[in-house]
Amino acid sequence: MLEGYIPIFIFMAVALAFPIVALSLSKLLRPAAPSVTKLEAYECGIQASGGARGRYTVRFYIIAILFVIFDVEAVFLFPWAVRYRQLGWFGVAEVAVFLGILIVGYIWAYKKKALEWV
Amino acid sequence: MPVNFVPSGAEMLRILPEIILVLAGTLIMIMEPLTRPANKHFLGKFALASLFAALWGSVVAHANPGPAFQNMLIVDGFDTFFRILVIVVGILTVLASFQYLKREQSDSGEYYALILFSLVGQCVMAGANELIMVFIGLEISSIATYVLTGYLRDDKRANEAAIKYFLLGSFATAFLLYGIAWIYGLTGSTNLTEIRSALMDLQTSPSVMLVGTAAALMLVGFAFKVSAAPFQVWTPDVYQGAPAPVAAFLSTGPKAAAFAIFVRVYATAFDSISARWEPLIWISALLTMVIGNFAALVQNNIKRLLAYSSIAHAGYLLVAMTAHSEIGIAAIMFYLAAYALMNVGAFAIVAHFSRRRERYLQVEDLAGLGWKQPVTAGLFAIFLLSLIGVPLTAGFFGKFYIFKAALEADLLWLTILGLLTSAVAAYYYLRILVVMYMHEAGEPASTLPPPGAGLKTALWASAVGTLILGIFPSLVLDFAGRSATLLK
Repeated sequence: MLEGYIPIFIFMAVALAFPIVALSLSKLLRPAAPSVTKLEAYECGIQASGGARGRYTVRFYIIAILFVIFDVEAVFLFPWAVRYRQLGWFGVAEVAVFLGILIVGYIWAYKKKALEWV
Repeated sequence: MPVNFVPSGAEMLRILPEIILVLAGTLIMIMEPLTRPANKHFLGKFALASLFAALWGSVVAHANPGPAFQNMLIVDGFDTFFRILVIVVGILTVLASFQYLKREQSDSGEYYALILFSLVGQCVMAGANELIMVFIGLEISSIATYVLTGYLRDDKRANEAAIKYFLLGSFATAFLLYGIAWIYGLTGSTNLTEIRSALMDLQTSPSVMLVGTAAALMLVGFAFKVSAAPFQVWTPDVYQGAPAPVAAFLSTGPKAAAFAIFVRVYATAFDSISARWEPLIWISALLTMVIGNFAALVQNNIKRLLAYSSIAHAGYLLVAMTAHSEIGIAAIMFYLAAYALMNVGAFAIVAHFSRRRERYLQVEDLAGLGWKQPVTAGLFAIFLLSLIGVPLTAGFFGKFYIFKAALEADLLWLTILGLLTSAVAAYYYLRILVVMYMHEAGEPASTLPPPGAGLKTALWASAVGTLILGIFPSLVLDFAGRSATLLK
């Protein structure tokens, strides 16, 4: 039963060993003479100018939550699309109910001005 | 093999209450932003009407019992009993909320819609015959109650309560879900009847050790929802922080539904391994009664006191659960009905008495209420006496049947300890009565406005219900007894 996993285990072992071997070899071979300029972030962006724990307006969260809701909605439609023919009109009716409830949610959010950027 | 997913008309009829509640809740959500603030009170009345429609729907569904949707739901007496119970709790909560929401200036459609959605989840829980449905029902109910807890958005305590409830609740449900996954892995099914037969069959039955682990994982989830020790810690904080009518709802509706699935899962699917879970529930029952009753002794905040009392009542219910018999299940059903009426009543009084922003929540604030407002105080006294378990009230027969079931299952020690802790309980309920009737009236009792029509109806309905169950217990008990045998 477990034989099928052997290639995966080998792959995992190689993947784990490769960076360890490569990094420790280069560490052994290279000369080490660090300086301030050398340790600066270059080619990877600019120097950090402050902490990452700033405060954001709560509107970002509302937009993010609305995005998640409608994103998940789309995911729920895929299984129905795959089995569209087998489910027939019953499937269409069920999806209509599902989308109907979500549209009510959308209208609610719209009317409550959750989508407006003040 | 292709499965025919199209439900028959009879199957749709079996979920009539859920359909009515979902439709009404969705309609309220769309009417909410479209109605002018002056007309918002109409939404509450609409919610009330739809709850009565759902009550009718569950009677219609009961006339047509049987499984629905590939055996995922089952409509039987047990299901109908809990459906009616939670919908009645919903009606009482909505009635008690009108005045409260107006007072807090937060009367809005969302409140009623969330109550209806939560009730949908509880109805699904009552009829779930499948672990996935158990989980979905539990989540529908819980997510709505998390939001309801934090309904008063500018209230710090409400926010704290909502976050605590949400984080701990999701954590506990994760345990439940993990247990469900184990059971599916061990038996290849999530259907309660199929799990039951898989575990009964000794030849193919998976290791008891593994099934026991799965049952224990699920126990964590259920024990959290019914606030059984050692998973009761959230209860006082959440009930204290939540708006009082929401606390009334939380302590009865979701709890009754959680007990319904708790009983259904453990008495059907895990029936054959009862030797493994009974000792755990024995310990939990004792701990719950002791912690609930002793912690309530030192509370000065009425909401906290009632929260600990509700923990203690969960303990009595677990005693009947430990008995693991049909009489025990009937006792649980009767007790939950009695408990729902008296507890909603008590919390509704607290909601009314506390005034704006819930300023008056100390036991001493009630001083002299018995003389200033004899009717309100009298109703409160009925609820408190019933919570103690005084004869002629529902609470008496509730405790009587529970301990009778426990004795018949040879749980002598648990019965003795349970009776001792319920004697302790009398002290903190009587303390409220003493303060109400024997202390000089203070400012809070003197300035109490009379209850509004909705609240009055809720209070009288709960009080009359409490007395009727206390005088003619057979009205409910007979139905509960017949439904308990239907379980398997």
